[in-house]
Amino acid sequence: MDLTWSADEDAFRAECRAWLAEHAPNPPLPSGDTAEGFALHMEWERKLYADRWAVVSWPTEHGGRGASLWEWLIFEEEYYRAGAPQRVTQNGIFLLAPSIYEFGTQAQQDYYLPRMAAGEDLWCQGWSEPNAGSDLAGLTSKAVRDDEAGGWRLHGQKTWTTRGAFCTHLFGLFRTDPDSTRHHGLTYLLVPLDIDGVTVRGFGRLDGDEGFAEVFFDGAFVPDGDGDPAAGGVLGEVNGGWGVAMATTSSERGLTLRSPGRFTAATARLVQLYRERGGSVDDPGVRDAVAQAWIDAEAYALYTLSDVTGIVEGRSPGARSSLNKIFWSELDVRLHEAALRLLGGESELVEWGPDGQRVENPWLKGYQFSLSGPIYAGTNEIQRNIVAERVLGLPRK
Amino acid sequence: MRFAFTQDQLDFAEAVSDLLAKECDPAAVRVAWENDTGRVPGLWSRLVEMGVVGLLAPEGVGGLGMGEIDLVRIVYEAGRAALPEPLSTIAGVVVPAVRDHANTADAERFLSDVCAGTSTIALGLAANPLVVGAAGAAMFVLEADDGLHLVDPDVVEITPEQSVDGSRRVSRVNWNPSSATLMCGPSGAAEALDRAATFTAAELCGLADTMLTLTTGYVAERKQFGVPIGSFQAIKHHCANAMLAVEFAKPLVWRAAYSLTQRDPDASLHASMAKAAASDAADVVGRIAMQCHGGIGYTVEYDLHLYLKRAWSLISQDGSAASHRRRVADRVLG
Ligand SMILES: Cc1cc2nc3c(=O)[nH]c(=O)nc-3n(C[C@H](O)[C@H](O)[C@H](O)COP(=O)(O)OP(=O)(O)OC[C@H]3O[C@@H](n4cnc5c(N)ncnc54)[C@H](O)[C@@H]3O)c2cc1C
Repeated sequence: MDLTWSADEDAFRAECRAWLAEHAPNPPLPSGDTAEGFALHMEWERKLYADRWAVVSWPTEHGGRGASLWEWLIFEEEYYRAGAPQRVTQNGIFLLAPSIYEFGTQAQQDYYLPRMAAGEDLWCQGWSEPNAGSDLAGLTSKAVRDDEAGGWRLHGQKTWTTRGAFCTHLFGLFRTDPDSTRHHGLTYLLVPLDIDGVTVRGFGRLDGDEGFAEVFFDGAFVPDGDGDPAAGGVLGEVNGGWGVAMATTSSERGLTLRSPGRFTAATARLVQLYRERGGSVDDPGVRDAVAQAWIDAEAYALYTLSDVTGIVEGRSPGARSSLNKIFWSELDVRLHEAALRLLGGESELVEWGPDGQRVENPWLKGYQFSLSGPIYAGTNEIQRNIVAERVLGLPRK
Repeated sequence: MRFAFTQDQLDFAEAVSDLLAKECDPAAVRVAWENDTGRVPGLWSRLVEMGVVGLLAPEGVGGLGMGEIDLVRIVYEAGRAALPEPLSTIAGVVVPAVRDHANTADAERFLSDVCAGTSTIALGLAANPLVVGAAGAAMFVLEADDGLHLVDPDVVEITPEQSVDGSRRVSRVNWNPSSATLMCGPSGAAEALDRAATFTAAELCGLADTMLTLTTGYVAERKQFGVPIGSFQAIKHHCANAMLAVEFAKPLVWRAAYSLTQRDPDASLHASMAKAAASDAADVVGRIAMQCHGGIGYTVEYDLHLYLKRAWSLISQDGSAASHRRRVADRVLG
């Protein structure tokens, strides 16, 4: 066991910190899940890319720095510590990209990855449908074979598509074998959203942002994907989409989507809030709740260090990534709950802060968003089923 | 950066685990419940031979000269077996306290005896109203306001009490601190509590793991309504919650042991985080284990109660979750 960083890693951290100190927007950007906020976030993403901070762990030819997984953790820690913006590119760079690296052709990798890193293409995730949420394998959106054109015609509807209204591309699952059921006969497709036969309708989320969309497909055409990747295509094998999708969801549940830096930075701000308000709020239990949130964030950070050690040494977390997902999402709720207790009677205020520096109340906003954590990326009920069945080996039926 | 045990540490722990699987199965623990000493006859000398008891003692007195991080996984294994021996207090707390603070002659003499397995030293920290294994101890390390004292049994008045865990022979002790017995000041006592909290946390994680293993095994076998009860989602979610609690406590415990070894200035904070999480985890897992077993879990014939009752004792020993959370709050929030 060695919980120290090497001189190189320390130097990397110093470089991250210096760059972020100089460039991270202050005051913070408005939410990226609104039309005007999104534009500002794209400016930020381009700045990250220009100085090669957008995707540090990717190879240099795709816009990264070839950073190790440890360095990626350091970058994330510094990123959140600096209070830098949420990553509106996250569904591409954190969820789709690992699947493209694993299943994509060389042409797909070379075309999509740099564009994704640069924020030229913005990807949304098209899993859920009105009648297929937790039961993803029950999806009915289909891709009908068009032999003449050498590709697929899409029909159906996706929903709850995060930032769908602002994105340029969608990755998702479609049924390609009409005689198949459940997780057989599905194909993972990469779809430009500006093609004929695709309609996107944005709608509001509980937290006030417009971040959701429904995406309707009415005969939109996607080629097989062995030609020019710009037109979209199949990722992995036709009818083999379930396996590709499961690789994406394990990135989502595991550490890439929610690195510990996010929670250690949030609890550091919670501690600050406690120091400012803890003495005046009439809530004897809140001190304990803040301490508990702080302990939980540390536990998550350490758990991640052991995960990363395992990955570096060739041990995959597998279904254990469901434990991560339950823990970070419920920790996020608890820590925001503690913050709202500290705000007391002011917790309902949408804008908040000292006169002259009023900003969108980050704790109220964060609390509302935290409540979606136990729902998205596979609900925590589903994650608990996975832990029980695949990690603890309890009988399925 | 590497947050994992070394192969040597894992091998050592596995060797101890193999020994305990043979010599400290539930039947052996039951014997300890009924006999005079509350211990498993002959087992201590086996642990002594393996070097576990003197792991933190210098080589010159028969120890292995290793650190807390080398011991913590072994203590976790002791917890898994509900080992009814004073391993975590003697190997984890008393030995390093005497090593660091007793005068040379005392240290040499007492540590040699402890490492040879010829005597034991009982520990009475101020956080605990009770002392385990007072009867038969060759010496006492006892905490008073001014620090830790090394006290001869002749001047300690022992009043036995009965623990819910039949293998824990607990007593109240009465004695008069004097400058002649003082071994170290309050900072040495604080360090002893950090070690005690860390190793007790490791034991609690082991106990929790065994309770969870018993539970997952039972619910896969037991049938109701024609199917294994483990196929019911309510049971699955209970088990997942139990696993969540213990898996996120362990890293805190391993880190606390690492920080003690490194003499990290935050070691005390890390020990408190570990004990808070492990106490809470053992409590959660214990209740879930009971519930998932139904009636059989509420008997003394079934083994669960051996682990559960040990966990109950250790949950508040060396500071409860609430007291350690308070320490964390004082450190972090000011
Ligand atoms: C903020 C946010 C962002 C999202 N972004 C995206 C996105 O970008 N792309 C995308 O495809 N989807 C996205 N989703 C959708 C999300 O993946 C689904 O909401 C989720 O999978 C649950 O599906 P559902 O909403 O249909 O609920 P349902 O599946 O109907 O579930 C409702 C309730 O029933 C429970 N339940 C269902 N089945 C079981 C079972 N077998 N055992 C126990 N309980 C069960 C659930 O746990 C839940 O509590 C997002 C959701 C949110 C909230």
